[in-house]
Amino acid sequence: MGRDDSAEIARQHVIDPEICIRCNTCEETCPIKAVTHDSRNYVVDFNICRGCGDCIAPCPTGAIDNWRQVVKAKAYTLEEQFSWDSLPPQEELAGAADAALPDDVERLTQEARAGQGGTAPAPWSAETPRVNLYSLQKPAIATVTANFKLTDEGSSSDIRHIILDFGNTAFPVLEGQSIGVIPPGTDANGKPHHIRLYSVASPRDGEKPNHNNLSLTVKRVTENHNGQSIKGPASNYLCDLKKGDQVKIVGPYGSSFLMPNHPGSSLLMICTGTGSAPMRAMTEYRRRHMAQKEGGALMLFFGARRPGELPYFGPLTKLPKDFIDVNFAFSREPGKPKTYVQDMIRARAADVARFLKDDNCYIYICGLKGMEDGVKVAFREVCDGHGMNWDALQPELLAKGRFHVETY
Amino acid sequence: MSINYSEKIPNNVDLASDKTLQRALEHWQPGFLDWWKDMGPEGSLNYDVYLRTAVSVEPGGWAHFGYVKMPDYRWGIFLNAAEQDRTIHFGDHKGQPAWQDVPGEHRSNLRRIIVTQGDTEPASVEQQRHLGLTAPSLYDLRNLFQVNVEEGRHLWAMVYLLHRYFGRDGREEAEALLARRSGDRDNPRILGAFNEKTPDWLSFFMFTYFTDRDGKFQLSALAESGFDPLARTTKFMLTEEAHHMFVGESGIARILQRTCEVMAQHKTDDPAKVRSFGVIDLPTIQRYLNFHYSVTIDLFGADVSSNAATFYSSGLKGRYEETKQSDDHILKGAMYPVLEVVDGKLVEREAPMLNALNEKLRDDFIRDSVAGVGRWNKVMQKNGINFQLSVPHKAFNRQIGPLAGIKVAPDGRVVSQAEWDANAKKWLPTPEDRAYVASLMGRVVEPGKFANWIAAPVMGINKQPVNFEYVRFN
Repeated sequence: MGRDDSAEIARQHVIDPEICIRCNTCEETCPIKAVTHDSRNYVVDFNICRGCGDCIAPCPTGAIDNWRQVVKAKAYTLEEQFSWDSLPPQEELAGAADAALPDDVERLTQEARAGQGGTAPAPWSAETPRVNLYSLQKPAIATVTANFKLTDEGSSSDIRHIILDFGNTAFPVLEGQSIGVIPPGTDANGKPHHIRLYSVASPRDGEKPNHNNLSLTVKRVTENHNGQSIKGPASNYLCDLKKGDQVKIVGPYGSSFLMPNHPGSSLLMICTGTGSAPMRAMTEYRRRHMAQKEGGALMLFFGARRPGELPYFGPLTKLPKDFIDVNFAFSREPGKPKTYVQDMIRARAADVARFLKDDNCYIYICGLKGMEDGVKVAFREVCDGHGMNWDALQPELLAKGRFHVETY
Repeated sequence: MSINYSEKIPNNVDLASDKTLQRALEHWQPGFLDWWKDMGPEGSLNYDVYLRTAVSVEPGGWAHFGYVKMPDYRWGIFLNAAEQDRTIHFGDHKGQPAWQDVPGEHRSNLRRIIVTQGDTEPASVEQQRHLGLTAPSLYDLRNLFQVNVEEGRHLWAMVYLLHRYFGRDGREEAEALLARRSGDRDNPRILGAFNEKTPDWLSFFMFTYFTDRDGKFQLSALAESGFDPLARTTKFMLTEEAHHMFVGESGIARILQRTCEVMAQHKTDDPAKVRSFGVIDLPTIQRYLNFHYSVTIDLFGADVSSNAATFYSSGLKGRYEETKQSDDHILKGAMYPVLEVVDGKLVEREAPMLNALNEKLRDDFIRDSVAGVGRWNKVMQKNGINFQLSVPHKAFNRQIGPLAGIKVAPDGRVVSQAEWDANAKKWLPTPEDRAYVASLMGRVVEPGKFANWIAAPVMGINKQPVNFEYVRFN
C-alpha cells in the first residue's frame, strides 16, 4: 500500500517577525543558506532547512526558535513568510500536535534542563520524535496492565514499575521522552492539578515489544525537598493504580534528550533513583538490538541510598559486562563509606575522559537536582587530569547534542 | 577552532606560540583590568551576572550562559575561521591574495582605522557606567552588563591587532586606548558621539539602537577588508554587536508599549497627562530619537572624503555587503548623490562615488534604521494609538561635513536661525525633557518586577523566565 505523502506532518522552522531585529546573524550562520530575507522579514526556506539548530544559539533575540507543525505539502512558502507581521497561530492538524506545549510542560522542562547550561540539539542520528500528540483537551486514555514495587519490602522508598497499555490509540515514544499525567480532582485551592512529567522507562517498541504499551518508573512522593511531609498528588495517584484502571495521558514530550542511533555511538549515563527511567529505556533498546551490534559502548553510573532502593538493581547486575559497564554508588550502605556517583566518576576518570573526548559518545544525566553540581565538578577534575578544559568542552558538548541533563 | 580557556588570555590565535606577543598582551591585561575597575559599570565588581560568554567561534560556541563576576569575564581574542585562498574583492588590489600582514604603504591608514574603531569600545562602557544604578529591572541590568563586557571584548579584538601587527606604535596606541576618557576635556575619546553622556535608559536604548548600529555598519565595512586579520576579527564582533541592537530595539519597543498602554487606559494623548502617569510621552521619545539619530549619522564622517576613497581603493575598508553589490568593485568613474545647500534649499549633486563612500554607508545605515522605526510604529498601531515615530531628515542637526551648522528642520526644510531657535525645543530633547526622564529613573531589582515606564519583555534570556534572577548582588 502506498503512503499518502500529501498528509505527512512536518516541523517547519519559522522566525517570529515581531521579535526579530533583522540583524542577519542567522543568515550569516546558516551552513546551508536556508535563511534569507527581503526588506521586511528574515525567513527560513522549508525546502532547504534541515533543522540543525546552528542558528539558534547566536540569535540575540530568541525570534529564531519557533516551529510550526505543518502538513508537508502545505508548508509556508517564502512569499507567505515575507508577508507576515506576526507568526500565524498553529493550525489545527488532524492527528498532529497542538500549537504550543502546555505551560506546565514548558515550565517543568525548563526547570529540568536548567543545569544543562544552554540548549542542546538532539544527537544528529536520533530518530525524529513525535511531540505533543495528545493535549489536555484531548488526552490519550491508557489502561494499567501492571503495577509492582521495584524497591525491597521494608525499604522506606516506594518505587514502582507501572505498565500502561494504549489499546488502539497510537502513542509513539522514543527513549528519553516523557509523558504527562494529570491526577484527577483538584488541589487544596480547588484548582485542577498541574501536569507531572514522567520519563518513559521502556524502549520505543514498548515494555512488551509491539503491544503498544510503555512503562514508567514512579517514586511515591511522601516528602518535599526540605524533608517536610507532603503527599505528591500525581505519584500517589499512579502508585495506587490497580490493574485495569484507566489513566489520562498527554504528550509525548521531549525532542532533545534522545539517544543516538548511528553505529558505534556510545552512551555515558549518570542517574540517581527514578532518574534511571530513560537510562533503562536506552539500555533496553540497545540490549534488544545487541545481536545487530549497532551500538558502541555503554557506561552507567547509578546512585541510590542502598541497593534495595535501586530500581532495576537485579536485572542490571545480570547484564553482560561487555555490554554495559555498570558503576553503582550507595550513599547509605551500612558499614561502608558514603559513595556518590561523582566519586565513582572520579574512580573511573581515565575511562570517563575517553568517553568525553569521543565525538561518538553522548552523555545523559538524570535524577535529583542535588547530583548536578557534584557531577560537573567531577567532570571538571577528569578534564583537568586529562588535558581537557571543562569550561571549553561543555559548550562544545552542548552544541553537538552530546550533553543532556534532566534533573528535578 | 575552539578557544583555549586554560590560558591567561583566552584566544584562538595560538597566542602561546608567539611568546613576545603573549608577553606584550599579558602586560597590557592588568592595565585593562584597572581600567575596567575604574571606568567599568559602577559598583558592580562583586555581582554575579548571568552572562553569555563566547567560547568558540562556531555556532554552538555562543550558547554558553552562566553566572560570572564581570572582572572575571573571559575577555579574549577570537577571530572567525580563515577563508582559504581569500582574495581582496574590491579596490585597486582586487583579485590579489588578501594580506596576512600589514602592507607597508597602508600601515598608517590601517592603524588609524583600527584605533578609531577600538576607541569607541571602551568609550561606550564609560558612557554607560552609571546606568546600573537606575536599572528598570534585573533583566535590563543584565543586558546592560552583557553589552558592557562585549564592548570590553571588542577592545581586546582591536588591541590584539595593534599589538600583533603594529609593533611599538601599536603598543602605544593600545595604551592610549586605556588613557582617553569619554567626555574628558583634556583627553577625550576620538569621536563626538562617544563623548556625549548616556544619562538615562531612554538614552541608553537609543544609543544601542542607533549608535551600536553605526558599529554594525562600520564593522561590516571592515569585515570586507583586504587585511585578513581585520576582516576575521570584525566578522566575529558583528555577531556580538547584534545583541546590542536587540537591547536597543526591544528596549524602545517596551517603553512605547508601556506608554501606549497608559494612553489607552486613560484615553489621553496629552503629553503632560501622560507624564502624570509616570511614563514617557511619545513626543519626548521622538525628540530623543532625533537627537541620537543625528548624532549617530555624523559618525559616518564627511559626505565627500578623500580618506574614504583612499581606504576603499587601497582595499582597507569596503562597502556594506560589498560582495552583494553588482558593480565592478573598483568604482572609478561611478557617481553617487550627496546633499548641499543651493539658494537656501537642499539639493542633491553627484559626487565621485569613491569620495562619497561615507555617504553611501550612511544611507545604508539609514535604510536599516528606518526599518526598525517602522517596527516600533507597529506597537502604536497594535495599541490603537494614532502616533508614528519617524527619523528626521539626514541633514537635521549635523555637526560634521558640509551640512554642519546649516539649520534644517526634521522634515528637511532649510530654516532660518530664528525659526530654528523657536522650534528647537520641539525637535530636540530639552533640559526639561531630560530632567523628566531622569526623574523616572529609579532602581528596580526585584526579580520579575519592572519600572512603571517600561513593559516587561516577551521572553527572557536563554529561555530563562522573565523573573529569573539575572543578577545576584551578593
